[in-house]
Amino acid sequence: MTLEIFLQNVANGITLGSLYALLAIGYTMVYGILRLINFAHGEIFMISTYFAFYGIAIFALPWQISFVMAIALTALLGVVIERAAYRPLRDAPRTSVLISAIGVSFLMANLGLVIFGGRPKTFYRPQLFQIPIQLGRIRVVALFFIIPALTVVLLVILNYIVYKTKIGLGMRAAQWDFDVARLMGVDVDRAVSVTFAIGSALAAIGGIMWGLRFVEINPNMGLFPGLKCFIAAVFGGIGNIAGAVLGGFLLGFGEIMLVAFLPGLAGYRDAFAFILLILMLLVRPTGLLGEKQRVRT
Amino acid sequence: MMSGNRSNDFVRKAGIALALLLVFYLCIYWVQTGWDAYKVRILNLSAIYIGITLGLNLCNGFAGQFSLGIAGFMAVGAYTTALLTMSPQTKAAVFFIDPLIWPLNSIQWGFLPALLMAGLVSGLVGFAVGAPAIRFRDDYLGITTLGFAEIIRVVFTNTRSITNGALGLKGLPPHTNLYWSWTFALICILLMTRLTNSSYGRALKAIRDDEVAAEAMGVNLFYHKCLAFVISAMMAGVGGGLLGNLITTIDPNMFRFPLTFTVLMMAVLGGLGSITGSVIAATLVTVAMEVLRALEEPRVILGVFLPGIPGMRMVVFSIALMVVILFYPKGFMGDRELSRDSFTNLAARFRRTFLHKQV
Repeated sequence: MTLEIFLQNVANGITLGSLYALLAIGYTMVYGILRLINFAHGEIFMISTYFAFYGIAIFALPWQISFVMAIALTALLGVVIERAAYRPLRDAPRTSVLISAIGVSFLMANLGLVIFGGRPKTFYRPQLFQIPIQLGRIRVVALFFIIPALTVVLLVILNYIVYKTKIGLGMRAAQWDFDVARLMGVDVDRAVSVTFAIGSALAAIGGIMWGLRFVEINPNMGLFPGLKCFIAAVFGGIGNIAGAVLGGFLLGFGEIMLVAFLPGLAGYRDAFAFILLILMLLVRPTGLLGEKQRVRT
Repeated sequence: MMSGNRSNDFVRKAGIALALLLVFYLCIYWVQTGWDAYKVRILNLSAIYIGITLGLNLCNGFAGQFSLGIAGFMAVGAYTTALLTMSPQTKAAVFFIDPLIWPLNSIQWGFLPALLMAGLVSGLVGFAVGAPAIRFRDDYLGITTLGFAEIIRVVFTNTRSITNGALGLKGLPPHTNLYWSWTFALICILLMTRLTNSSYGRALKAIRDDEVAAEAMGVNLFYHKCLAFVISAMMAGVGGGLLGNLITTIDPNMFRFPLTFTVLMMAVLGGLGSITGSVIAATLVTVAMEVLRALEEPRVILGVFLPGIPGMRMVVFSIALMVVILFYPKGFMGDRELSRDSFTNLAARFRRTFLHKQV
């Protein structure tokens, strides 16, 4: 393997890792508060790409406005899903909520199929992201720098919201102990809504960049990145935002490097994440950065 | 005196059961020979799904172990049966890229031993998956078993000299008929009723309701959870084998998560923890799947052309699942059963309400 190809793979790994990290944050924040695998998160991610796509293709909006609208609409979608499908079941057994989440996920994937059609669509790529950049002997497009840079900026903002604002304090309190937080006067319903809004907005940003990176979008693209990013969140330590980012980067990097160094195993790429999950759960169930889990009844 | 009564009672019950079985198989004979192939196929599918749904219900409903790996076990069963029942000539024709490995390429078994082998192999795989997985609970168990099912699918896609990879297997002998499928469904129903009324069944329900309390009462958690997992996997494996030899073509992508979703939906609609619920829901959903196919096909009604909408069936089913889980979380039957007693009780209540109320 030449140095150029290796560096190209590193760039691919960092980009994919950034996208995984953005999605994994949504999983980890929701799981931290509600102890729920939000199965529909992958479909939220899928639908956000279609919002952006149709904003440009049908409403002929400039891409900047279309992207911002898509992020806002996706955040709203996340909040609506929580209200409609998860909140009524908050006191129900955990498996009921999980079944509800799986139901929402299938409903949205198939609604996507009905409304958007099964044929893949080509995502619009603005010129800005295509500017070629020469680095020594390798040439990459600007997108490869924009995705990781944007991810870092978003993480800084997220960190500010979670640790410096009042609603962030409420979210952390709800994560620590849902019922006691309520007794202490935290508006936990609002904290949960904000969590879903933030998680879905990050998924939307990830989705739009996914569209810019891989060009093709289709209604079934949500399930697998979704499951993988949940695994990334578990790998890093569920409930822990830094862990989700670390897990996302490691998983994205690992997948690319597996294919690059062991091309014979390329067919097993989709199983890689699950093998990682099972090994991690058996060896260290709390994840890389996870603290010891408190038993909650 | 007592023993005489009891043996008379036994003879009477056995007679009734035999008579019912006879009537049942006569009905099947009538349907198999008289009805058109399309209806027979739907009834075959219903029976297969009844068995598989019962298997999932044993694990997810009765024992409370939320497993999402049923499609993987079905794949194991379907491939085992297919590789054992296909003729060597068909195998040679199907495996034209990578030839099939030695012992498999020259053997052809009968359908019954092949199905038993499918049950055995998927039971073993079920143990291999279940033994490490059952230490997790609820959602973690779900995602782990889902992961195992995905791994099975990916392995099947990549081991081309055994499974023919993504091309799948074609030309499976169409052994499955109503006798096979409904006998399978009957055995599953019988097994489930016997099992849930035994000490094993009570232990499983105890684990579902409170794991710590069950362990404190001396229930061996590992043994009982594993048992539920393995039996569930075996039922799925045999069901998968029957399914493969019904539709005669299988490939790894058939056995993805949507298949698990379908079976899970049947179990949830019928009520997790109810045998009759599973039987009713599996039949209804299988029939509805075919009836709603109309939504996805273009057709002309009263001169108006209606384009078919692919994906519409699953939208309907997802909404049905959401409505049930949000508003009737116990499904049609909850954890109750339909039996002779419930009819007697219903009749008694009817009599009390309408005939003896004034007394």
